[in-house]
Amino acid sequence: MKLARETWLIFQRQTQLLLRNPVWVVVGVFQPVMYLLLFAPLLKPALNAPTQAEAYKVFVPGVLVLLAIFGGLFQGFGLIAELRAGIIERSRVTPVSRLALLLGRSMRDVVSLLVQAVIITLLALLFDLRVFIGDLLLAYLMLALIALMTSAVSYGVALKVKSEDALAPLMNTVAQPVLLLSGILLPLTFAPGWLQGVAVWNPFSWAVDGTRALFAGDLGNDKVWQGLAIIAVLAAAGVGWAARQFARSVR
Amino acid sequence: MIETRGLRKSFRSRAGRDKKTVDAVRGVDLNVAEGEIFGFLGPNGAGKTTTLRMLATLIEPDGGAATIAGADLLRQPAEVRRRIGYVAQGGSTWDESTAREELVLHARMYGIRKADAHRRAERALAAFQLTEYADRKCKTYSGGQRRRVDIALGIIHEPRIVFLDEPTSGLDPQSRAHMWDEIRRLRSEGMTVFITTHYLDEADALCDRIAIMDHGEVVAEGTPAELKREISGEVVVVGLDAAATPDAAQLLDSEPYVNKLETVDGGGLRLHVDEGATAIPQILRRIDHAGLALSSIELHRPSLDDVFLTKTGRSLRES
Repeated sequence: MKLARETWLIFQRQTQLLLRNPVWVVVGVFQPVMYLLLFAPLLKPALNAPTQAEAYKVFVPGVLVLLAIFGGLFQGFGLIAELRAGIIERSRVTPVSRLALLLGRSMRDVVSLLVQAVIITLLALLFDLRVFIGDLLLAYLMLALIALMTSAVSYGVALKVKSEDALAPLMNTVAQPVLLLSGILLPLTFAPGWLQGVAVWNPFSWAVDGTRALFAGDLGNDKVWQGLAIIAVLAAAGVGWAARQFARSVR
Repeated sequence: MIETRGLRKSFRSRAGRDKKTVDAVRGVDLNVAEGEIFGFLGPNGAGKTTTLRMLATLIEPDGGAATIAGADLLRQPAEVRRRIGYVAQGGSTWDESTAREELVLHARMYGIRKADAHRRAERALAAFQLTEYADRKCKTYSGGQRRRVDIALGIIHEPRIVFLDEPTSGLDPQSRAHMWDEIRRLRSEGMTVFITTHYLDEADALCDRIAIMDHGEVVAEGTPAELKREISGEVVVVGLDAAATPDAAQLLDSEPYVNKLETVDGGGLRLHVDEGATAIPQILRRIDHAGLALSSIELHRPSLDDVFLTKTGRSLRES
């Protein structure tokens, strides 16, 4: 009860500050929209898809996962600014739960990701993408879990490195191979055997497969529950680890 | 109110390949009484902030024990947090939010209900003369205003003790005097105030008791007056021209009340005496008798800097 109340308090404050500067929606959505408009038209011929709508069913879930991964991983920058302003220190002398300090922030990131995901989905509808609402909601759950994990990890790392200069290259180094090995841009069915072998170890590859299955209306596909389970476990681990950083961080 | 025994903390620092352990605080014993302004005086890097951060539960001590407002620092950190306020040196407000928002949020982080939090924020804004700026963004505040918001945040939940880390550093003289008044007001409301400072005049004028810290240890503790009394005697500086100085030196060196005599380059004498008030008339009489011309006479009472000098071999102003 105390945790829920405190998480809500932090979430409210963070959201309020975010809404004061709504440019974030445009900035956050800009890259995926560009992919949707400028990259997706290449897909029908490239994937040999029968229709443009089929191509979008493969591509849109990938773009959404991409958005969730990147949106989350770069949240640490905001935290470093808060660290510098003394906000974290000020919070840590209060009896507020350290888990709430993390969850309140990550929840804001999840909500803002979902808003962006809805915008992308609506845009894709204009391009004849069709998906069942139930499947879509489950796909959003997957995205929420991904964003929860990546934002928590980003906060944890930010508390450890404490400087933007270290965080930026670190996050880029992690994000690039994760991105390429997840089959986000093109499905890994095109990949040679060794590449597929490596990708099996990338949890995001499972997440992308699961999300694609949902967009394809294939709810019974094993990839769906496997992807959700893998990401849920990792999200819990990421949150646990990052909350410990909030408890322990020095300055 | 605060009692510490052998509080210790060391940090590992890495400079290139060398790993070094720095003993930031090496066994601090303190007793702070209820309702006093207690000052931690020392140069930068003496371990003041580290000690304060340990007492505020922000970093865990490596060893030792402490009781703060009746709660055990190591076993009941959450209880300690409830009973103390802490104001960091570097500020604690967000550029884009207003003082009122910050105060309400901070109160609610202590579990205070929304309506009550708003009432408290209103009261704190009035008490710290911030009402006028309450709904402007913090980035528009002056240094002094922002510091007052920091302190208001630190005491919004009415703690029994408030820790203020260098509350006046970087403030102009007027804001500084204002801040001293605020701190005295907190004491008059029954709060125990624990401040760190590297300003001698601040420790002297503001604090009821001080501990002088150097290299992670407390080297002296007491009221400013007690500490200064420990430094025996006072110094009378006699201004003379260069020609008259040797004669005066010869004349005064044999006087019983002069403990030690030094000549000043370019003319003049420094006389170490037990009590300036009784020595000065006698010095004046001797010099007058000898027909020497006196240009000035000054009495130097020992300052906290002299205390620091005696205890550490360095002047606080230099370190």
